[in-house]
Amino acid sequence: MIDARLVERLVDIVGPKWVLRDSNELHVYSFDATPIVQAFPDVVVMPGSTAEVAEVLKLANDHGIPVIPRGSGTNLAGGTIPVQGGIVLNMTRMNQIYEVDEKNLTATVGPGVVTGEFHKTVEAKGLFYPPDPGSMRISTIGGNVAQCAGGMRGLKYGVTKDYVIGLEYVLPNGQILRCGGKNYKDVAGYDLTRLLVGSEGTLAVITELTLKLLPLPETKRTLSVFCTSLVDAARIVERTISARIIPATMEFLDQATMRVVDDFSHLGLPRDVAAMLLIEQDGPEEQVVRDVERIVQIARSEGAVDVQMAKTPEESAKLMTARRAALAALSRLRPTTILEDATVPRSRLAEMVEAIIRISEKYQVQICTFGHAGDGNLHPTCMTDERDEAEIARVEQAFEEIFATALSLGGTITGEHGVGMTKMKYLSQRVGEGGIELMQAIKAAFDPNGILNPGKVVAKAFRPRMVVRQP
Amino acid sequence: MNNVMAKFDMDELLNCMHCGFCLPTCPTYQQTGLETFSPRGRIGLMKGVAQGKLPLDETFEKNMYACLGCRACETACPAGVRYGRLIETAREVIEDYKRATGQRSAVRRSVVRKVMFKQVFMRPKMLKAIGTVLWALQAIGLQRFADKTGLIRILPRSMAEMQEAVDKVASPRARQARQKSIAPVSVAADAAVGNGAGSVVESETRPVAGLGAASPAAEPRRTYETVWSRPLRIGMFTGCIMDLMFYETNQSTARLLAKAGCEVVFIEQEACCGALHAHSGEKSDAVSLAKRNIEAFERANVDLVVNNAGGCGAALKEYDDWLKDDAEWAYRAKRFVEKVRDISELLVDLPPLKFTKSLNARVTYQDSCHLAHGQGVRRQPRALIRSIPGVEYVELPFADSCCGSAGIYNITNFDMSMQILDDKMKHVKETKPDIVVTANPGCLLQMKKGILRAGLEDQIEAVHIVDLLNRVVD
Ligand SMILES: Cc1cc2nc3c(=O)[nH]c(=O)nc-3n(C[C@H](O)[C@H](O)[C@H](O)COP(=O)(O)OP(=O)(O)OC[C@H]3O[C@@H](n4cnc5c(N)ncnc54)[C@H](O)[C@@H]3O)c2cc1C
Ligand code: SF4
Ligand code: SF4
Repeated sequence: MIDARLVERLVDIVGPKWVLRDSNELHVYSFDATPIVQAFPDVVVMPGSTAEVAEVLKLANDHGIPVIPRGSGTNLAGGTIPVQGGIVLNMTRMNQIYEVDEKNLTATVGPGVVTGEFHKTVEAKGLFYPPDPGSMRISTIGGNVAQCAGGMRGLKYGVTKDYVIGLEYVLPNGQILRCGGKNYKDVAGYDLTRLLVGSEGTLAVITELTLKLLPLPETKRTLSVFCTSLVDAARIVERTISARIIPATMEFLDQATMRVVDDFSHLGLPRDVAAMLLIEQDGPEEQVVRDVERIVQIARSEGAVDVQMAKTPEESAKLMTARRAALAALSRLRPTTILEDATVPRSRLAEMVEAIIRISEKYQVQICTFGHAGDGNLHPTCMTDERDEAEIARVEQAFEEIFATALSLGGTITGEHGVGMTKMKYLSQRVGEGGIELMQAIKAAFDPNGILNPGKVVAKAFRPRMVVRQP
Repeated sequence: MNNVMAKFDMDELLNCMHCGFCLPTCPTYQQTGLETFSPRGRIGLMKGVAQGKLPLDETFEKNMYACLGCRACETACPAGVRYGRLIETAREVIEDYKRATGQRSAVRRSVVRKVMFKQVFMRPKMLKAIGTVLWALQAIGLQRFADKTGLIRILPRSMAEMQEAVDKVASPRARQARQKSIAPVSVAADAAVGNGAGSVVESETRPVAGLGAASPAAEPRRTYETVWSRPLRIGMFTGCIMDLMFYETNQSTARLLAKAGCEVVFIEQEACCGALHAHSGEKSDAVSLAKRNIEAFERANVDLVVNNAGGCGAALKEYDDWLKDDAEWAYRAKRFVEKVRDISELLVDLPPLKFTKSLNARVTYQDSCHLAHGQGVRRQPRALIRSIPGVEYVELPFADSCCGSAGIYNITNFDMSMQILDDKMKHVKETKPDIVVTANPGCLLQMKKGILRAGLEDQIEAVHIVDLLNRVVD
C-alpha cells in the first residue's frame, strides 16, 4: 500500500534514521501491552517536531494511508495495533519538558515525555502531578492523555483529564491547532481539550500539552489492611468513603495477586489472608494522622485481621511500586493474562466483587482481582493460555457476563483503559446506538477520510477480541 | 530446521506480557529509543521467529547480538521472565541454524568466534601460551610494537583501543611458581571460626514475615557453622580471562581467604566456565566445559567453589540449569552449584577481615551485571567496601546499569559499547570518586578504558574489589 515513492517522501520529512521498515522493525511495532492482538504496519515513522507530524499527516491524508499514533505502547485495549496497516507514528522522540511555570503552576511538555520522569522533574520543584498509572515508569504523557489514564491517586485527585488544560494538536489534513492554554478558566466555545483527552488517537495527533500542577502534599502515610474475605475489604472501602474520608489511594489486591506481587517484590506479605487494601493518605500532618486513625478504626470494626502502617517513606514507596507491578506479576501464573477494567459506583463494589467470584466459578476460569477500589475500578484479570481455544471461549463468555453485571449495577465497561479495539463490541451497551452515531459524526468532522487510528473506538466494523492474528 | 526452532521455550516467551516495565532499565533501549533494541522487542522477535512469522535471517541475528546480555531487564520484570535464558537460546538457535544450512556468520564475529571459542577458551594450555605472548609483548612495549609493526592497523579498532586498558600480565615464571594450595592463616581466638571452620552447614534464616522484612537488614543470611575441627576447604575458580590478565588478583583472593581461615586449593584441570560460549550460542561447548569443571572440583573434594568474576560466577551457578535434562549429570551439577560463591558473598559471612591500614579515599562501586542481576549479589560488595577504615562510600547513580563491556560486546559492538560507557562515565564524574570498584574482569577493563576516554586517569582509579581489600590487610 505504501510504495517506494511515499517512503522517500517520509524520509525527506523526518530523515532516514527515523523511518523504520525492515521486517524486524515492523514486527516490534505490531503489538502493544494488549494480549493476543497483533497486526503489522507498513512503516514506522518517528517525528521530531510538530511540523514534521503535520507533514506526515498531510501526506497520509492525501493518499488515504492509516496513521496510528503511538507512545510507549503500554495500553491494554489494542489502541496502537495497526489493524489496517499504514504508518505507526511513534511520538517518543518529542520528549522535551518545555517549561515548568512555577508562577502559574503549570507545565508544558511534548507528548513523548515519560510520566515517571515528569513526576521527578516537578517533584524536585515541590510540585505535584497526581496522575500515576501503574505503567508510569514507561508510559508517555501523550499516551496518558489520549487514554485519559487513571492511577492510584484517582480517588482524591481525579484522573488525567482533570490536569490537562491546553493542547496543541494536528488534524489529519495537516492543520496545527491549539485549544485551552494556561487559563484555569476558559469557556470560549466547545471544550475541545476535554474532547481530545481520551480520544485514543482517533481524532488528532497531540503534539504539545499544558498540564495543571498542585503543590506537593506535605506528608503521607501508608497503611496495609489485611482481610479474610474480599467482601470485607470492599466494605471497608465503602464505609471509609461514607464516613467522609477521602484517602489519596485505596487499592485492592486479592490473595493470588498478593502472592505474585510478593514473589516479585519480597515484601513479606502474609500468604493466608484473602485480600489486602493498600491505603495512602496525604496532606498536612495533622489531618493525615487523624484520617489514618479513623481508617484503622473502621477497618478493625469491619473485620480486618491486621492493619500495619509503613514505617518509613521508603517502605511506603516499596509497597506502592509493588502494587504497580501487580498486573505484570500476575502473568507469571499462566502464559496469557487478560485484564479487564469494569467499574461500578463505589457503593456497589462488594456486589461486584462477589459477582466476579461467582462468574469465574461458573465458567471454570481463573480470575484474580485487584484494582483501584476507591474508584470502584476493578481489574478482574484472567490467567489463561491463548493456545487453548476452548478455554479462551469460556474466558470471553465470563468477561461478557462481568460487563453485563457492571452495567446492571450502574457501572461501565471500562474505567481507564479505553475502548480501543478490544471493547468496541460492548460500547453500544454503554452509550447506546445514538451515542455511537454522535461519536461517529464527531470523528468524521475531525477526520473525514478516516485515516487516524482506523478500526478503533467507534469504527463501523469491529473484530471480536480474540482473533486478530494475521502475520 | 523444525527441531532447531523447537529449542525456543514457548511458555517462557509467552510469559512476557509486553508490559514494557523492562524498557527504562535496558541500556540499548535507552541509547536508541527503538523497540528493536528493547527487551520487549527482542522477546517479540524471538516469538515471531519461533512462530514462523519472521525469517531467521541476518536482521534477526544482528538484533539478537545487539543485546548486551546484562539481564537488567530480568531484575525489572514483574512477570519473572528469564530473559537471560531466552537470549542464550535465541543465539543457540541462530548458530545451530547456520550450521545446519551451511551459512557463515557476519565477518567480524566469525573471526573472534573461531579463534576465541573453538581454540582459545576450550584449551587451558592455549590460554597460558597467550599469557606468555602478552607478557613478552608488554615487556617490550606492546603499544610501540603494535605501532611499529602496523599491527594496530590489522587489529579491529575495538581490540586495539581496548588494549590500552590492559594491565601488566604476570610473567611465565610467576605463573609456574604458583603454589597448588595455600594453608589457612591461623585466626585469632575471638573469631567465629577460631576453633576451625568445618564442613559447611548452611542455615537459611528468613525473618518472620511481616512488613518489616522490607528493610535491607532483614535479608536472608547464611551462617557457616562449625562442625569439624578443620578449616573450610575452598576450590579457587580462577577463570581464564581473570587468570590471564589479573593473575595477581587471583593470588590476592586466595590470600584473603587464607587470612579468613580457609584452606585454598588451585585446581589444575579447571576449564573455562563456558559463559562466553553460552552467551554466543555455543551451548554444547558450554555444557562440555561445565562437565569438566564439575568433575575437576568434585575430585578436589572442596567445600566451596569461590570465584571473583561476576560473569563466571553466574555461569557456574547455572550449571544445574544447563544440565537439568541430563540424567547422569543433573544431580552432580546441582551439588556443584550449591557450592559456588562469589568472593564478596563468602567474605561477608566469614569472620571479619583484620584491617591493618586505612584508606583515605572516596570510593564508589559499579555492579557487575552478572553478579547483581544474574546472582542477586548487591549488598555484600558494598558492605565490604564500607567496612574498610577511612573509606567514604558514595553510591554511583545507576550503578547496576551495564558499563557496556558485556563479555565480548565491546569488541563485536564497539560503537554502542562506547556510547554506553560514555554515559556511565558521566555518572562517575558526577560522583567524584577516587576509586571505582568493580567485581569482574570485563567491567574492570571497561572502567579503566572509560577513565582514559574521559581523561580522568589522574583523578580516578578502577580497582577490583579484592585488590582494594588486599591494600588494607597485610
Ligand atoms: C502494567 C500496566 C499497568 C497499567 N496501569 C494503568 C493504570 O493504573 N491506569 C491506567 O489508566 N492505565 C494503566 N495502564 C494502561 C496504559 O499504560 C495507559 O493507557 C497509558 O496511558 C498508555 O500510555 P502509552 O504512552 O503507552 O500509550 P500507547 O499505548 O502507545 O497509546 C495509547 C493510545 O494513545 C494514542 N496516542 C498515543 N500518543 C498519542 C498522541 N501523541 N496523540 C494522539 N494519540 C496518541 C494511541 O494511538 C493509543 O490509542 C497500564 C498498563 C500496563 C501494561
Ligand atoms: S539483557 Fe540488557 S541489553 Fe539485553 S535486553 Fe536485557 S537489559 Fe537490554
Ligand atoms: S520482559 Fe517482563 S518487564 Fe519486559 S515486557 Fe516482558 S513481561 Fe514486561
